[in-house]
Formats: sequence, C-alpha cells, structure tokens
Amino acid sequence: MHEMGIVIHLAKTLEETAREEGLTKIGSVTLDVGEVSGIVTDYFEDCWNYFRRKHPVLSEAELHIGIIPALTWCDSCRSTYETVKYGRVCPNCGSGETWLVQGNECVIRQIEAED
Amino acid sequence: MKVIELHASVTAGNDREAAALREEMRRQGTLLINLMSSPGAGKTTLLSRIIRDLPETGISVLEADIASTVDAGRIEALGAEAVQVHTDGMCHMDAGMTAEAVRALTPGRSRLAFLENVGNLICPAEYDTGAALSVMILSVPEGDDKPLKYPLIFQKSDALVITKLDALPYFDFQVEKCIQRAKKLNPKICIFPVSAKTGEGMAELERWLLESLKDWQEQSGR
Ligand SMILES: Nc1nc2c(ncn2[C@@H]2O[C@H](COP(=O)(O)OP(=O)(O)O)[C@@H](O)[C@H]2O)c(=O)[nH]1
Ligand SMILES: [Mg+2]
Ligand SMILES: [Zn+2]
Repeated sequence: MHEMGIVIHLAKTLEETAREEGLTKIGSVTLDVGEVSGIVTDYFEDCWNYFRRKHPVLSEAELHIGIIPALTWCDSCRSTYETVKYGRVCPNCGSGETWLVQGNECVIRQIEAED
Repeated sequence: MKVIELHASVTAGNDREAAALREEMRRQGTLLINLMSSPGAGKTTLLSRIIRDLPETGISVLEADIASTVDAGRIEALGAEAVQVHTDGMCHMDAGMTAEAVRALTPGRSRLAFLENVGNLICPAEYDTGAALSVMILSVPEGDDKPLKYPLIFQKSDALVITKLDALPYFDFQVEKCIQRAKKLNPKICIFPVSAKTGEGMAELERWLLESLKDWQEQSGR
C-alpha cells in the first residue's frame, strides 16, 4: 500500500532525526508533496494519525502538507506547462515528447520540536 | 518548541540503511542487482534464462512477490538459491527488507544476487534498496511510450532491458524510438533489446552482467 509505506519511511526518518538532534517530542511536521506524486493527502493523514501513536516521539506530531504544483517540460518547443491542466500533450505545439520536471516529490520541509 | 528546517527526503532513513547494505555487499564481493518492471514484463523468465546461460556464476534470487511463492519455485527448480521475501502487501522493496532477505542467503554461495522487486513502475523507483545496480525491464507489449509516462524509473536505472523482442511483429513498438526516449532521460543508461524466449540479444546482456560483476569484485579487493 502506497501511503502507508511512505508513512513508515517518514516515521523512521523522523525518529533518526530526533535521536541525532536530541529531541524528545516532535510537535509538527510539514511536508511538501507534489501535485502528481500519487499521494492521496487525506488518506496519507489517516495513515499518519494511526501510525504516529506507536512512536512516543511522534505521538503528538501534527501533519501539515503543502502542495508543489506539477510542471511538464516539452522537449519539442522547449517550454514548460501545467501538467494537471494539459496532461501529456504540449498545449503550445502539440508534441507528446514531454516529461514531468516537478510535482512528483515528497520531502520534509520542517519540523517543530522540543529538546 | 523550536523550528528545524530539514528539507530532507522522506526516505532519508532508508537511504542510510541502503548505503550500509551496499557497503556490506561490497565487503562480501557479492553484486546485488535490483530488477524492476511492471507485473508480467518478464523478470522471472529473464532470470531463468540468465541462470541457465551462466551456470558457473553462482546466482541467487530474492523474490519479492506480494502473495505467492510461485516465482521462487521456478528459480529453485533451476538449481539456484531463492529467498522468498515478504513485503506485507507493500508496493516496493526498501533497504531494510532487502537486508533481511540478503541475510537469509547461504553465506558464500552466490556472487551475483538479483532482487526481483514488486511488479510496479512507480514505487520501486522511489526507494534505494541498497543494490549496487538497478536494472529495469520494459516488454514490447507495454508500448514504447513508457519512458514518457514513468520517467523516474528510467532515470534511476543503470540498464534497460527491452524484452519480448520476438513479439515485435504483433505490436507497434518502435525500438529506436524507445531507446531515444530512455537516453534523453538518462544518457548513461545501457540498453539491451532481448528476447528471453528465443535468446536474441542475451549474450550482450550477459556480457555486461559479468563485466559489472568483475568491476564490483575488484572494488571489493577480491
Ligand atoms: N514471447 C515472449 N514471452 C515472454 C518473454 N519473457 C517472458 N514472457 C512471458 O511473459 C509472461 C510473464 O513472464 P514472467 O517472467 O512471469 O514476468 P514477471 O511477472 O515480470 O516475473 C509469461 O507468460 C512469460 O512466458 C519473451 O521474451 N518473449
Ligand atoms: Mg516474477
Ligand atoms: Zn511544445
């Protein structure tokens, strides 16, 4: 399952960060999630709220998600366009030789924590 | 509460475990290859062919099927060691699961180990398994537009095997076009058009595997 897998990795990364930085409690975590990353944010939050309870450092960590818009690069006319609006075919020149340059990410932007 | 800017990958913890596994495999001198594709692209068939063609190499396979043990049975029937990995319904293998599977191998028996990842072109590409090399398979019936649809896996792979070449007459798959698209995403990718059924192109792929194994063992000082 996609979202649960990511949540497990997120928890592992945060626990390591807490250990390295000597944090006792993480109060919130902010993620940047790409618009076409395939992550269903509602579902992701459910998974997080279920999973965080199992980890003392994370049990109170609220999840905030910021969305990164998806952009596609057209190799024929060498321009970028909005992926979600136009899909795989370039709206400027009609070419299908296009690929995603941004919008697939899932990164931890910041955390709030107590020593 | 203090704010800490991380800008870290969600998978940073996994990346560390992957690096540790890679180091361990380097010390052992075993080349671990992560094999990725859609379900049914032909991973097990390709591996079976390689095992038959290279009987002296010492090949083992880590099988990451979500539910069955069918593929592990196919590999063991050829005399190679197979380990069944339980992904617990997960859509990909990560470094922790891979390390556990590697520990289940008979020590010293294999020099070349393949991880048959979960059939999926999206999630497996996002997780470093700790393998030294990643190889992806694209089969002719899937279409030559896959580099456009799933760019990440082409960017993350060291080699692309285009398989089921024997089926070219029945599909409008243009090999040259596919190669061009893959090279544009990843100029360093090595590409091997093959048929695991007829054996066409297998010699080139197997030569690359053996050379990669030699390089890896030289790095390990063996
Ligand atoms: N014609 C043809 N069929 C193939 C080839 N490689 C695999 N297949 C068939 O594709 C199907 C799926 O193969 P399998 O190896 O189980 O795929 P996996 O799910 O990626 O492990 C089987 O029916 C194979 O016989 C090939 O090179 N040519
Ligand atoms: Mg298989
Ligand atoms: Zn264009």
